[in-house]
Amino acid sequence: MSPLATCGRGGWGMRGKTDWRPTATWQRLQQRALLLSHCRRFFSERGVLEVDTPSLSRSALPEHHIEPITCCADGSSAGALFLHTSPEAAMKRLLAAGSGPIYQLCHVFRAHEMGPHHHPEFTMLEWYRPGWNWFQLMMEVAELVGQLLDIELPPHPFPLTMSYRQALIQYAGIDLLEENQATLRRHLPADQAAALSDSDYETLLDWFWVDRVEPALARHHPALFITHFPVARAAMARVDPGPPATACRFELYIHGVELANGYQELTDAGEQERRLVAANDQRRLQGLVSLPIDQHFLAALAEGMPECAGVALGFDRLVMLACGATSIDQVTAFHIDS
Amino acid sequence: MGEVLNHNQLRIGTKVEIDDLPWMIVSAQFVKPGKGQAFTKIRIKNLIDGRVIERTYKSSETVNKADVQDKDVQYLYTDGEFWHFMEPLNYEQVAFPKDQVGDVVDWLKEQETYQVTFWGGKPISVTPPPFLVLKVSQCDPGVRGDTVSGATKPATMETGVIVKVPLFVNEGDWIRVDTRSGEYVERAKEP
Repeated sequence: MSPLATCGRGGWGMRGKTDWRPTATWQRLQQRALLLSHCRRFFSERGVLEVDTPSLSRSALPEHHIEPITCCADGSSAGALFLHTSPEAAMKRLLAAGSGPIYQLCHVFRAHEMGPHHHPEFTMLEWYRPGWNWFQLMMEVAELVGQLLDIELPPHPFPLTMSYRQALIQYAGIDLLEENQATLRRHLPADQAAALSDSDYETLLDWFWVDRVEPALARHHPALFITHFPVARAAMARVDPGPPATACRFELYIHGVELANGYQELTDAGEQERRLVAANDQRRLQGLVSLPIDQHFLAALAEGMPECAGVALGFDRLVMLACGATSIDQVTAFHIDS
Repeated sequence: MGEVLNHNQLRIGTKVEIDDLPWMIVSAQFVKPGKGQAFTKIRIKNLIDGRVIERTYKSSETVNKADVQDKDVQYLYTDGEFWHFMEPLNYEQVAFPKDQVGDVVDWLKEQETYQVTFWGGKPISVTPPPFLVLKVSQCDPGVRGDTVSGATKPATMETGVIVKVPLFVNEGDWIRVDTRSGEYVERAKEP
């Protein structure tokens, strides 16, 4: 019998004792290991190089709604260090240095994110394809996810896509091109309007997305790429001037679970810096500290990063989907709270 | 006013007051669209009429805790219009009309202890214990030897509720029943 055969929580009968056992069953940890090795084989067969960049940095890529975990060396607040929230900055420096196609499997850290699909430390699979456009990358994402989940992704032409705007029209009855903050508010159900009365346009959009669109995606779409995000949500994606202008950004949803987020990468250093500064401005408005912007990353972009498409995929969620788990602790060895 | 809960405190089983009504949280989930704002989605069950609804709250919002108290009471009797209970400690009586007793009527047995929920001092619901030992008042005769096949037959309990029981159970037997699922659990001794 395996020494780990007793892992996995019994649930009842353990109360009162400190339960040190793994939160996942041994079978799921084995499945996790298989999926990790499958990922590595997938990229190795395609000539994509595995890289391993530092998790700790003196700077960050500020985002409005992603909070890095700050480490104070020697207990002093001077010279704070940040755990990376994604390996994006470091990997793009490698691309600018001429790495060619690269991937990384690493742990990333985000403060305050805790729930069935969230844990402050999680495993990310991120990869970049120089010379590719974002639709080519979506095909590759579909191929990898199809293999790992052992599902028949819809026949060609794949991928199945729906624009962000179309998803809101279809499942929330809202057309972004016709709405402003005041009109958007009128779509709120009466019993929720009061609680959201001080919400801005972007928050309202997020509300409709999580309350209306995501549950509908779970019901109607085993696999779907959401594409062409609003420009305000471009993050690090290039903007297609349109009209209407949209961000060349996609997200893959599997049964309503947001699994991957990808871009036609922004390569313009000036535009990138403006977006990072704007994110810091938004943070200050929200009462959050602004973060020191990664100058090495901006210098790399200024030197010239190849045109490329890149994507980050939540590996734990992928394992969850592969083995039918309902929460992230069922597929990770340990949870921070147990 | 009652205690105020932030989104981290919205947990399963917590009782909250929303739209001036008392609810119990059935499920609570942190959700966050990619690069977007964090929300907590809760499913809540109305403590008075039992309906279940969903709400999606911004993580910055707060919710009031409901001023709700649970007390153990004994079931006394019904006069056909009201169902009467008594707090054993102070002999205070509580009466529920038919629509408020609802399906719990199937599980009411004199002298047995039930839980009554008070909201702002007013009784709003009654809940049976998760398991009850009940006497079988009517069922087809038992079949000797057939203890493993999993076959069942309907049996009427002393409270009037009908439970599916294994074939070996006889009239006059005592059995343990799960009141939440209405399922037979095991044979029991007369309490």
